[in-house]
Amino acid sequence: MKVHFKIKRFNPEKDKKSYWGEYDVEAEESDRVLDALQTVKWEIDGTLNFRRSCAHGICGSDAMRINGRNSLACKLLIRDAVQGGKIVVEPILGLPVIKDLIVDMEPFFAHYRAVMPYLINDTEPGERERLQSPEERARFDDSTKCILCACCTTSCPSFWVRGDYVGPAAIVQAHRFIFDSRDQGAAKRLDVLGEPEGVWRCRTVFNCSEVCPRDIQVTQAIGEVKAALITGRID
Amino acid sequence: MAQYHQFDALVVGAGGAGLMAALYASKSVNTAVISKLYPTRSHTGAAQGGISAALGNMEPDKWEWHAYDTVKGGDFLSDQDAVDILCKEAVEAVIDLEHMGLPFDRTADGKISQRRFGGHSNNETKQPVQRACHAADRTGHMILQTLYQQCIKNNVRFFDEFQMIDMIVIDGTCRGVVAVELKTGEIHVFHAKAVMLATGGFGKMWKISSNAHSLTGDGPSVALRCGLPLQDMEFYQFHPTGIYKMGILLSEAARGEGAIFINDKGERFMERYAPTMKDLASRDVCSRSIYKEVRAGNGIGGKDYVYLDFRPERINKYFEADGNPRRVDAEYIEKRLPDIIEFVRVYMGIDPITEPVPIQPTAHYAMGGIPTDLDARVLLDENGAIVHGLYAAGEAACVSVHGANRLGTNSLVDLIVFGRRGGKKMAEFAKQTEFLPISQEVHKPAEAMLNGIRNNDGKEHPGQIRKELQLHMDEHVGVFRTKQGLEAALEEIRGLKERYKRIHIDDKGVQWNTDLMEAWELGCLLDLAEVTAISALARQESRGGHYREDFPDRDDKNFLKHTNVWSDNHMSYKPVRMGRYQPTERKY
Ligand SMILES: Cc1cc2nc3c(=O)[nH]c(=O)nc-3n(C[C@H](O)[C@H](O)[C@H](O)COP(=O)(O)OP(=O)(O)OC[C@H]3O[C@@H](n4cnc5c(N)ncnc54)[C@H](O)[C@@H]3O)c2cc1C
Ligand code: FES
Repeated sequence: MKVHFKIKRFNPEKDKKSYWGEYDVEAEESDRVLDALQTVKWEIDGTLNFRRSCAHGICGSDAMRINGRNSLACKLLIRDAVQGGKIVVEPILGLPVIKDLIVDMEPFFAHYRAVMPYLINDTEPGERERLQSPEERARFDDSTKCILCACCTTSCPSFWVRGDYVGPAAIVQAHRFIFDSRDQGAAKRLDVLGEPEGVWRCRTVFNCSEVCPRDIQVTQAIGEVKAALITGRID
Repeated sequence: MAQYHQFDALVVGAGGAGLMAALYASKSVNTAVISKLYPTRSHTGAAQGGISAALGNMEPDKWEWHAYDTVKGGDFLSDQDAVDILCKEAVEAVIDLEHMGLPFDRTADGKISQRRFGGHSNNETKQPVQRACHAADRTGHMILQTLYQQCIKNNVRFFDEFQMIDMIVIDGTCRGVVAVELKTGEIHVFHAKAVMLATGGFGKMWKISSNAHSLTGDGPSVALRCGLPLQDMEFYQFHPTGIYKMGILLSEAARGEGAIFINDKGERFMERYAPTMKDLASRDVCSRSIYKEVRAGNGIGGKDYVYLDFRPERINKYFEADGNPRRVDAEYIEKRLPDIIEFVRVYMGIDPITEPVPIQPTAHYAMGGIPTDLDARVLLDENGAIVHGLYAAGEAACVSVHGANRLGTNSLVDLIVFGRRGGKKMAEFAKQTEFLPISQEVHKPAEAMLNGIRNNDGKEHPGQIRKELQLHMDEHVGVFRTKQGLEAALEEIRGLKERYKRIHIDDKGVQWNTDLMEAWELGCLLDLAEVTAISALARQESRGGHYREDFPDRDDKNFLKHTNVWSDNHMSYKPVRMGRYQPTERKY
């Protein structure tokens, strides 16, 4: 089928403002949106820039705003994306655009680093694995799935308004450790998340959960962190 | 002017191998990592099924059994001293990952859970053994995340989205690399005492591939251009279960949990090809069996694919037939294989719980690569001389533990074990050596090369050349090979290399120029394709992943040896380091 793509373009070396590039692409219904973008790049206009790597929803490179909704271009099929023969593609919102669909991810990763996203446990682990029951392991399973694509954070109105909000992705990362029975750093992380830039900026709009390409219950994870802050208990 | 940096240890690549090396090197020397992708985008994150170690958490197991399985899986081309290290240190390395926080799945008593995987067996009973440690079917994702987290914790210095385009090798010593900062397009010189290449595989030479767009063999190709040899390039693994037409991988963990191959007649055909291990025979055996079925007209609807069947009632039926007391249900399968089930639902629009899944072999893993010794030090020639200051680990390297065919789960082990050994060795080396001089002009050739591509105004289009390369490789340098086919492929590749000299790209800019970098990467793929075809042509036998229809048998008398190939296309061979296991006929 023929699909008409409208893609937001910006070249910092040439353009003062962004503009819409329009391309007609021949694609199969079962192709990924990413495949069609590759066709544009490889066969129509090599100057189009976007990040991509794995092409099957695992690496988190190609978060974009497709028809007004954040998605991974490699996980959305043409038949599900196309509306009236058209697909509109823009960079994700809330992070500075560098070129075309490529945004500056540094502020996003700075928030990630701020929540101490690593196991904190200074006890001697011994020669074998630390034990953890299947139930304890299941407690934080959902938040281990995060691929740091930024679909959630850049769909959040609170983040659009104030970029200093740590954002849902960083909170999910913190959740992954706070609720891990092996971790001892919960108090430190909760201190960070209790700050004005922390979880209280979340207004439970649910955009994050709706767009997460890994189907993480993001809003629920944020809720559990809020509950831990209020009750001082982690359970 | 290029920007200049100096580090004791510099790691190129932030997948499992690079991060492990960086973590260990950074414990004692000033270390940096450069990576063309954000570290968490590396393809290690796509690894699904597991990482093997003879922990014996589920049933009796020994690292020696793991070693034998690895050697047999590699069709006796593995260096057995390296295999012993791999399998012995695997146990400690997996525990190390757990201590770093890796969320493995757990047994009822809280230990790391393990499952069956192709080619892994109890050497006494010959039956499949549960050896693959896993976190659902996201084991690689968890490894990558965990290692990156630890690097952040330990303040490892990262240069994200910096792409190496050249290496500084002078008088047999490596003194650093030249890289492009993608965002600005600026050239940077990284002056280092020790450099590690951990740039991953090069599966984008083929069209049907499980590999990421970024897997273009930059490290091996730069090594080749710097006058270093590549080893065993003819051995490339085609994984039997790629999603039909797309190549997306469905992990062997599916078969580890009981899934089976079915042909058009509804037969479980692996029984005929591998009576004992059946669907869990090694990957080369399964991929060839699939195509033999297809050639016999048993592909689904007479086409070039078969089914992978993970419907619970079918799995149970075959468990029963095998006398295996296990039984599974839909909930169990969904829990153990959530990602691959989702891939099938999303990309094929079918439900694997109720329908069989069309699959075909997909280009997957490079057994060959940059030759190294047991401490990841890069070898200069077939006699064991080393390139001082240069290291390689992971899929880009060839130790060689995988020989002619890698067993599932053994790549992740390789990353962790040899990444760690390399990282430690780099630190040790950096502490006892000084920075060797480099000239101020050292980046000029690389800069000129890049500008050459940018400003070339030929008629050829890189996208078209890439497409043709992939088609020729699929057709002639795939699962089945012949002299005629390989010669034809070589001629085509050389023709494409000529055309590549006359390309043009659309984007003449400096900042974030992916048009330029992709064209450069295409050059890497072309170089590697050429040496792959040459090595394959010269090996007149069939072994592991390299199958010659005109020489269908293994020939230990003439070919129990590793291939080394150079960019001028000359070749040499070196003996395999044998150990406890002598070559025998390989039966599954
Ligand atoms: C779908 C899939 C499933 C798999 N499942 C398993 C499994 O279950 N078990 C198993 O053992 N193995 C598995 N494998 C194989 C295994 O995942 C890979 O072999 C392994 O992860 C490679 O790791 P690496 O560290 O060598 O490279 P990668 O993880 O590929 O990382 C390469 C790194 O190099 C960087 N890089 C590349 N070129 C440059 C350059 N020019 N300049 C700067 N940086 C550069 C990249 O940015 C990246 O960070 C699987 C592979 C695939 C494709
Ligand atoms: S390209 Fe990896 S998530 Fe889309």
